Amino acid sequence: MLGWYTENISTYATGVDTLFALIYWITVVAFILVMATLILFLIMYRHRAGHKAEYIEGSTKLEIIWTAATTVIVFGLALLSFPQWNKLKSPAENPDYTVQVRGEQFNWYFIYPGPDNEIGTEDDLEFENKMYVPVDKVIQLYLTSKDVIHSFFVPQLRLKQDVLPNRIIDFTKFRAQKIGKYEIPCAELCGFGHATMIGYLHVLSQEKYDSWVAENWPPQE
Amino acid sequence: MQENENLSQQHDENHENGGTGQPGDSHDIHDDHHDEGFIRKYIFSLDHKMIGKQFLIYGLLMLFLGGGLAMLFRWQLAYPEILPNDEFEGKLSEGRLGKPLPFIGPSEEFLKEYLESGEAEPRTWRDRMWLNVMESGEPEWVIENIPMGVMQPRFYNMLFTMHATIMVFFVVVPILVGAFGNFLIPLMIGTRDMAFPVLNMLSFWLAVLAAGIMIAGFFVPGGHASAGWTGYAPLSANTDWTGVNWGMNLWAISLLIQGFSSLVGSINYITTIINMRAPGMTFFRMPLVIWALFIVAILLLLAFPVLSSALALLIFDRLAGTTFFTSTPEGGGDPLLWQHLFWFFGHPEVYILILPGMGIASELIPAFSRKPIFGYRSMVYAMIAIAFLGWVVWGHHMFQSGMRPGMGAFFMTTTMLIAVPSAIKTFNWLGTMFRGSIRFTTPMLHAIAFVSMFVIGGLSGIFMANTPVDIAIHDTYFIVAHIHYVVFGGSLFAIFGGIVFWFPKMYGRYMNDTLSKIHFWLTFISFNCTFFPMHILGMGMHRRRIENPMATEYTQMFEGMNIFITMSAFTLGVVQLILVFNFFWSMYKGKVAEKNPWHVNTLEWEAPTPVPHGNFAQIPTVHRGPYEYSVPGEEADWIPQAQPEPVPASAGD
Repeated sequence: MLGWYTENISTYATGVDTLFALIYWITVVAFILVMATLILFLIMYRHRAGHKAEYIEGSTKLEIIWTAATTVIVFGLALLSFPQWNKLKSPAENPDYTVQVRGEQFNWYFIYPGPDNEIGTEDDLEFENKMYVPVDKVIQLYLTSKDVIHSFFVPQLRLKQDVLPNRIIDFTKFRAQKIGKYEIPCAELCGFGHATMIGYLHVLSQEKYDSWVAENWPPQE
Repeated sequence: MQENENLSQQHDENHENGGTGQPGDSHDIHDDHHDEGFIRKYIFSLDHKMIGKQFLIYGLLMLFLGGGLAMLFRWQLAYPEILPNDEFEGKLSEGRLGKPLPFIGPSEEFLKEYLESGEAEPRTWRDRMWLNVMESGEPEWVIENIPMGVMQPRFYNMLFTMHATIMVFFVVVPILVGAFGNFLIPLMIGTRDMAFPVLNMLSFWLAVLAAGIMIAGFFVPGGHASAGWTGYAPLSANTDWTGVNWGMNLWAISLLIQGFSSLVGSINYITTIINMRAPGMTFFRMPLVIWALFIVAILLLLAFPVLSSALALLIFDRLAGTTFFTSTPEGGGDPLLWQHLFWFFGHPEVYILILPGMGIASELIPAFSRKPIFGYRSMVYAMIAIAFLGWVVWGHHMFQSGMRPGMGAFFMTTTMLIAVPSAIKTFNWLGTMFRGSIRFTTPMLHAIAFVSMFVIGGLSGIFMANTPVDIAIHDTYFIVAHIHYVVFGGSLFAIFGGIVFWFPKMYGRYMNDTLSKIHFWLTFISFNCTFFPMHILGMGMHRRRIENPMATEYTQMFEGMNIFITMSAFTLGVVQLILVFNFFWSMYKGKVAEKNPWHVNTLEWEAPTPVPHGNFAQIPTVHRGPYEYSVPGEEADWIPQAQPEPVPASAGD
């Protein structure tokens, strides 16, 4: 079943997949053990004539064993997850590029800082539903919304972050490893256009990205 | 078996001869209740058993409404239009006319021609039908929502919103808490009725009022609520974003009233359980289902007011122009406030949905394994632990919401801790079957299904509890699979099992066993075919709450799987008709049941069948715990809670 898991092109999120696989195997083994026991019991202890059930009220020892075992497993999993979570949901230390994203019923708008490299100035550039980034570079995102809650979701980057009106979310970043075109569907119900609110992320080689910049950005004064 | 029947007669005699002699315990007190009119008896009844049955029928009717809505949106999901794969920039979402629904929609060629030229030659009777509808402008709601048989996104959003709202608030809670709670609590703790019979009646009629208002929402202009059952603000807080006006208002008002209904009910349950237990019925001699209902009543009492206040604020936002949940620069409210309030209620609510199911399973499994429940006290403590943890996990619904990520660590830890009491319960159910003598009756089959489905639902919960993994699968079909394994696979199988199990006490007749078994197996198979593939959709990161899975390229490979899920969902819906038929047929034509058909120890089986007003001829005295099956040295494999300890011959009176 792990084969159905979507391809991963993010350098940050490899840990997500490792944890997914780990939990997958833990749960598969737990499921098989429990079900095998259940089925075995159902067969072995089915009602037969002249056979009486054994009076057992419980076992403190067993209760302690399975309480302790489950506690150890879940704490172990939690401990393994903390560093991954912190790594994923924190601002980039030295971002190569910065893009502001705005969700608005039912489109994504990508705001590039323009030639002066600063967002919020007059030379900012805005693109509708199209985002261009170079491969293997750290992109820091500033996410916001104009109206309702949307969710910025790139399945192949294992990136999902709700965007909120009047608030800028600054702890989202990514580094894409593979050149290509990826979809950015909205993942949080945002109205009747929710299903078709889809942006496109173009991951380009550095040369192509530079030529896209040269083509689309106004010349620096 | 013969032995047991003799024994049961013997018990009857015991009770007729040796009552506990409580004051006011005589027959004539409740005899005057027998000549009530039809309205007092069946409509405005004060009798907990009748109110329980009313809740049951109410819940089952709403189950069909909720299920019907689900079938409609599954229909759309299997046959969406295929959008152009290229960058269409979201434009198609507005005023879209796409692929007609199969079986009721017109032919595609006809539709295409009609859209291009405004008129077309009908080819089939369905084409003619739709042409008539469009030309006559009637019925209006059809033209608004599925013009030419094409389901509009607004309508789709309404369908899934109302499906979840109805299932959670009007099906599972009314049946588990309203029906089983009302019917079982006084009978199982050995008392004559609830502490406050009038409040009890009020609770039911408030629920009817709430359901009436909720259903009325379907008929107002602009359609019903369509912001998801979670009603996330600002989408829900403003008419502008969804175009839904009174639908959403009625949704909030209805839930507010349903909240009062639950509140009144829960006060009643808590009071009854604390004060009205039969002599000898200590807390730790209570059946586990009563423990579950007790804990759930406390959760309801504490959780629902939070939802009610949130709903009141939402109504202010919508009607009085306040900005609690909208963050405009002038207003200064916060959309996240709604999520915090909603989930602070919402997570205890999830345990309100599952704990009574666990309670029912804990009754059925010992009864049909003929063994004491394994670890009675740890079962109780595990339920209390689940209830406590339920208050500190709400943030796990909000990992991606924009809440500070630092909170994630805390909520992940508390959430994963819930695996511990859940595992304790599962292992104890297995332990109960160990070295038992298992009877595969229909209620037992449902209980076994409950345990297995709960295991799947519990294990899939670990994925979502884990913050990094949740980034990938949040808001995908993985969560849809998870919640349905817990609430359908868990709660609903427990409900079905409970209905078959207590039906003889409710209506004095058995349900038809062949039909019950057919219903069980078809439900079990089609349930798994419907919801298991959703885990795979989730791993493919198929978004939830979208009317068109073909809109994104990466999910187009799931077309076949979506069709399969829809087929299974329709089967699942249709086989529920067997239950309805069996339920009503058996009520009048079923085999007449004896007093204690399953040979169970708990007190409800001590009451005569059908249970009279006032329940017991004499209030029973409880001498032991509820699960004394197969006690060594005893001839029968069960000892009712009310059976007195054998009295040594010399000490007899």
